[in-house]
Amino acid sequence: MVEFTDIINAGLFAAALRMATPLVFTSIGGLFSERAGIVNIALEGMMLTGAFSGVLATFATGNPWLGVLASMLAGGLLGYLHGVLTVKFAGNQIISGTGINLLALGGTGYMCQVIWGSRGASQNVQGLEAISIPLLRDIPFIGEIIGSQTPLVYIAILVVILSYILLFKTPMGLRIRAVGEHPAAADTTGVDVYRIKYLCVVLSGMLAGLGGAFLSLGHLSLFVNGMTGGRGFIALAAMILGGWSPFGALGASLLFGFADALQMRLQSVAFLPSQIILTLPYILTIIVLAVFARKRAPPSDYKPYTKE
Amino acid sequence: MTEHEMINQKVKQLLDKTWRKLLTSLRNSIPQVIAVAAAFLIGAIVLAATGHSPLEAYGTMLIGAFGDIYGIGQTLTQATPILFTALAFLLAFKCGLFNLGAEGQLLMGGFFAAVVGISLNGLPVFIHLPIALLAGVLGGALWGFIPAVLKAKLGAHEVITTMMSSYVALYVTSYFVNYPLKAPGWVSQTIPVAVSAELPRLLPVTQLSAAFILSITAAVATVYLLERTTLGYEIRAIGLNPWASENAGISTKKGMILALVISGAIAGVGGAGEVLGVHRRFIDGFSPGYGWDGLAVALIGGLNPLGSIIAAILFGAIRSGGINMNVSTGVPLDIINVLQALVVLFVAAPKIFGYIKKKGGFKWLNLPT
Repeated sequence: MVEFTDIINAGLFAAALRMATPLVFTSIGGLFSERAGIVNIALEGMMLTGAFSGVLATFATGNPWLGVLASMLAGGLLGYLHGVLTVKFAGNQIISGTGINLLALGGTGYMCQVIWGSRGASQNVQGLEAISIPLLRDIPFIGEIIGSQTPLVYIAILVVILSYILLFKTPMGLRIRAVGEHPAAADTTGVDVYRIKYLCVVLSGMLAGLGGAFLSLGHLSLFVNGMTGGRGFIALAAMILGGWSPFGALGASLLFGFADALQMRLQSVAFLPSQIILTLPYILTIIVLAVFARKRAPPSDYKPYTKE
Repeated sequence: MTEHEMINQKVKQLLDKTWRKLLTSLRNSIPQVIAVAAAFLIGAIVLAATGHSPLEAYGTMLIGAFGDIYGIGQTLTQATPILFTALAFLLAFKCGLFNLGAEGQLLMGGFFAAVVGISLNGLPVFIHLPIALLAGVLGGALWGFIPAVLKAKLGAHEVITTMMSSYVALYVTSYFVNYPLKAPGWVSQTIPVAVSAELPRLLPVTQLSAAFILSITAAVATVYLLERTTLGYEIRAIGLNPWASENAGISTKKGMILALVISGAIAGVGGAGEVLGVHRRFIDGFSPGYGWDGLAVALIGGLNPLGSIIAAILFGAIRSGGINMNVSTGVPLDIINVLQALVVLFVAAPKIFGYIKKKGGFKWLNLPT
């Protein structure tokens, strides 16, 4: 018989925090892009490419931190591509995003087979090791949850705080929000709308790449084909649920992270077939979108801006 | 003027008109042709960079796809579900909606058809087969209905909900064919459907089935729906300007729901065609990505159902020829998905062509802008 405390315990909350981390990075990424008026459904592909590039660079250099750097670089590159297609050529943001997602899925599958001879997964590489924070780890219960995690978990929390400051406490943040609210007005006040958009979409890709790096280097220490499993879309839902604000995105990511952790835990105790349990995060995402969809998106979201 | 001369003139005018029409549509499809060519070019660079001969890879692909009757049959077999999902994407797109869930709708349609196909027995073909196909319609429509209602009534963005419901469809069907409906043996699949629920095969040895005819019919029906019916007019009006449509007395909510439901239903028939015509059973996750192929095909086909037929055959050829390429040269099959992605990216931004034109490239092609 499975005891309640076998499922719900400090370990589950620690896992929830872990599984929330890639969503935090990626939803903050989505937030920057949308705040500047670009819908970024390519987050999924940027995450996947980040996860792959991280493992590849670690495989080549033996240093997982160089892997993390490569993830951000690869994500940023795809962000730039999304920018070129949607800002410069005013292409459809959903179609461009879908194209990037497909490119990431096909490209990583292809390269995985070319490099490691297997379509399914890469070799194991050196992953990021957990660090233990003195004092914090000694607090009962809380210490078990946040006392000892991979550095990326702490970096994610830092990213949330920094993003909040950047977006709401600096002139740059004001410009970004102005571009998303009313690009033409921002333009007349001398803001370089295109530059801001490029900046945000590249930043968005870098953060999504970081989210992918967490999955492959912080969580598993290898790349698995299609390992993001829709998390880029779940991160978008977290961004919406969080009302396009960094702390909101953090809270929503924690909710989805909890669902992910619970799903994994339930699989391990196996009282339901894994296929049924695996639907949990997706169904939760649909429900959350249905309930909280009325939240207001930045007004220029999705509309390409053409300078007069 | 004699009667003979008059008839001659009429025929000449008609031919002239057809010729001009053909030229215009050819000229309008230049961007799509360039997109496909550019995708193959970049694909060739990727192949060469990873130690494969592009000529050999594309050559074996071409031979596999069109080299003999078997190849052609398999090409059309692969084109069939792709055409269905292309029509599904296209119809929703005309209403201003992105149905990224054709993959899931295809699976659900196939699954519903399989359930009817294996659970009813002793029915005549003319009853069993239509019921099984209708079950496919229902399965796909249901999987389109959920995101449709959430969009229309609650404003949940269909891009995310259709995507998420695809994952749900994948796991739910996987559960059924791994547990309650699993056929004996190690493969995750159902038992074969009853013979009375099978779609007839068209070409011996190949898997080409009557589903292909259904897909062409669906393309023509989609043209008819969009161009000749009130609903089609409303769908297009909503796609162009939902606010103006609402003001003109069109119920945008109803139109959106119907468009996504019909879209899902079309993808569902595609899945039913796979189950009843090709595999004759439901195999766990049988789609290699037909939903995404459909999206690429709809875009390459210029968001036109008839253009999509040609584009679907092209993508069917890439899929069926790809298998031959994979077997004889060892090039990973994923290169197909890379090609598909590149095509989508090139079509994503039509202004690229205006840009090329402005920079003075491809002058001889007289690019449309």
